[in-house]
Amino acid sequence: MIGILASVIDGVLVGAVYGLAAMGLTLIWGVMNVINLSHGAIIVLGMFVVYFLTSATGASAYLGVPLVLALGFAAGVVIYWISVNRVIGQPILMSLLATFSLNMVIIGLGTAAWTTSPYNVPVSLPGISVRGYTFTGTHIMAALIAVVIAAALYLFLRYTRPGKAIRAVASNRDAAELNGIPTRQVLSMAFGLGVALACVSGALIATLFPFTVLSGGSYQLKSFVVTVLGGLGNPAGALMGGIALGVVEGLATPFTPVSWTPIIEFGLFVITLIAFPRGIFAFSRA
Amino acid sequence: MKRILCLFAIGALAGAAPAFAQETLTIGFTASQTGKLNNDSTAQLRGFELWRDDVNAAGGIKAGGKSYKIKFVSYDDESQGTRVQQLYTRLITQDKAQFLFSPYSSGLVATAAIISEQYGKVMLCIGGAEEKTYKLGNKYLFQLYTGAGQYLAGALDLLKQKNPKAKIAFVYEDDPFSKAVAQATRELAKQDGFTVALEESYSSGTTDFGPIINKVVSSGADALLGGGHYADGSTLARQLHDQKAGLKWVTLLVAPDSPNFATLGDAAVGVSVPSQWEPQVTYKPDFGPTPAEFTKHFTERFKIAPGYHAAGGYAGGLVLQHAIEKAGSIDPQKVAEELNKMNVTTLFGQTKFATDPKEHGLQIAHKMVVAQWQRKDGKLVKEVVWPNEAKTADALY
Repeated sequence: MIGILASVIDGVLVGAVYGLAAMGLTLIWGVMNVINLSHGAIIVLGMFVVYFLTSATGASAYLGVPLVLALGFAAGVVIYWISVNRVIGQPILMSLLATFSLNMVIIGLGTAAWTTSPYNVPVSLPGISVRGYTFTGTHIMAALIAVVIAAALYLFLRYTRPGKAIRAVASNRDAAELNGIPTRQVLSMAFGLGVALACVSGALIATLFPFTVLSGGSYQLKSFVVTVLGGLGNPAGALMGGIALGVVEGLATPFTPVSWTPIIEFGLFVITLIAFPRGIFAFSRA
Repeated sequence: MKRILCLFAIGALAGAAPAFAQETLTIGFTASQTGKLNNDSTAQLRGFELWRDDVNAAGGIKAGGKSYKIKFVSYDDESQGTRVQQLYTRLITQDKAQFLFSPYSSGLVATAAIISEQYGKVMLCIGGAEEKTYKLGNKYLFQLYTGAGQYLAGALDLLKQKNPKAKIAFVYEDDPFSKAVAQATRELAKQDGFTVALEESYSSGTTDFGPIINKVVSSGADALLGGGHYADGSTLARQLHDQKAGLKWVTLLVAPDSPNFATLGDAAVGVSVPSQWEPQVTYKPDFGPTPAEFTKHFTERFKIAPGYHAAGGYAGGLVLQHAIEKAGSIDPQKVAEELNKMNVTTLFGQTKFATDPKEHGLQIAHKMVVAQWQRKDGKLVKEVVWPNEAKTADALY
């Protein structure tokens, strides 16, 4: 019994971080109807930023989180103006191609610069041990940071002027423009936020697991599953979707071979798409 | 006028080409310069390169009154079977490789073997321990490594000595090689009277072993056998340490053999590995450098100590060279005959290939050791702990 509980708690801790990654994806979709296929590559960039930061300065990986957020935001704004702005409002295929090519560029440059060898960010925090099961400090810390950032985003979107502008543009861009909201700037800010979230989730994942330049793909897939669970375009739902996915994985693993986890994950993906096309957590739309 | 000059130029090149070709022996292979097999494959590649440079510095391979300088043609297979298939075809048909080395890892060797057999090319298989590939009636494959079925036999013997009633968890990568090892070892373990407490496979890209480690803890296992390759094995070892899984014995395939494994620090201590070769071994080679000479030479060149992948790479070259010299020809048929007859000791240990058509090319003489990471005077070192006659330290249990 305690084994199942331990497995679920572990699932929730990791799920919160996946939820944060998915928030980045879903925010961009919700605001500008762009599916960001460079999401995985951007997560990896976050991993490398924190890796180089800790190996160069010896500072704690967690101190790097604000910097990763800031760099991610700046990079997101730049990426928006270079590759996304001109395909906004075009057929969906255009933005898929634009972000996919960006994905290829980042992975190609990354492979050339850092090879595809695995990297590790050494972090050690005391964990909590209960009857032989250990919850590592890094998992707990990463989940806490993910929840704090998610809450901050929620408050930002809900109560600040730029946040309200983002929501206005998301719900009706023409009406927002008529009300004097500079929509292009707002879109670039939303894209920057989405990228910053992806980067920071990458930074947190890097403190948990080793990574390579090519790691992004699997996290991107997870983000899609989480996004669909939480409802596409719904940042608050994404965090809950991540945690829900963690619970499902945690409940499943004690009873089934671990190699079945992806089958369960993607089975859930398909079932959710059929039964709840707007997401299980659609009611909590921010 | 221009056209005539061109024709002259082409004529001159065509006339000159055969003279060069006769003196150059082209060996083709792919290496995983990117992808998950990068770490192990690079070590193997370095072994090949060191051998090539040594041979060329000594004037090349001498056979039938000629001497052949070695030329490598190699590509990055990205650790993917589909690339291997394309690239080995290219190596044979376009690059005219006369002999082949295998890619690294059983899965890729199995793919490359289909191509090499189709074209009747001799392929020295270095990183391909799974036996299945050699039991398909192939004629030109020659395996250097001890087969997967024997990989963990030594670790089991050692465990039997330490705790004959141990509960064993098998946790292994879901790839042909690791599966073959785990399945063969599980049967051996049952015969030896051990309890199999848990059996779990994981996909190759796994980075989060938390769920599996929770299951290991739940199963109450004393020992864990398994792993796969470098990336997953080193991660598993680190997370076993972080989650304090309470195991008394851990043997992982491949990963702990790499000198890079020491970067895990405390997480590496006590982790053991079945090894095809260790720098401390004391084989007396019939030809080529001794293990000590090779280790020194390799370390000087690459600034890192060789593991078994590197030694295997070098030995693969040596074995091919020996066969060509014995055959006095680079005719694949004659070289294959020499390889069939071969029973030699190199720095890598004894090498002899099965000639029974049912398992042609399978390695039947080479023996493995068990090495374990231990702390000695504050530094992490890999000690040979099994078999007893070859050990450099007692096993930590």
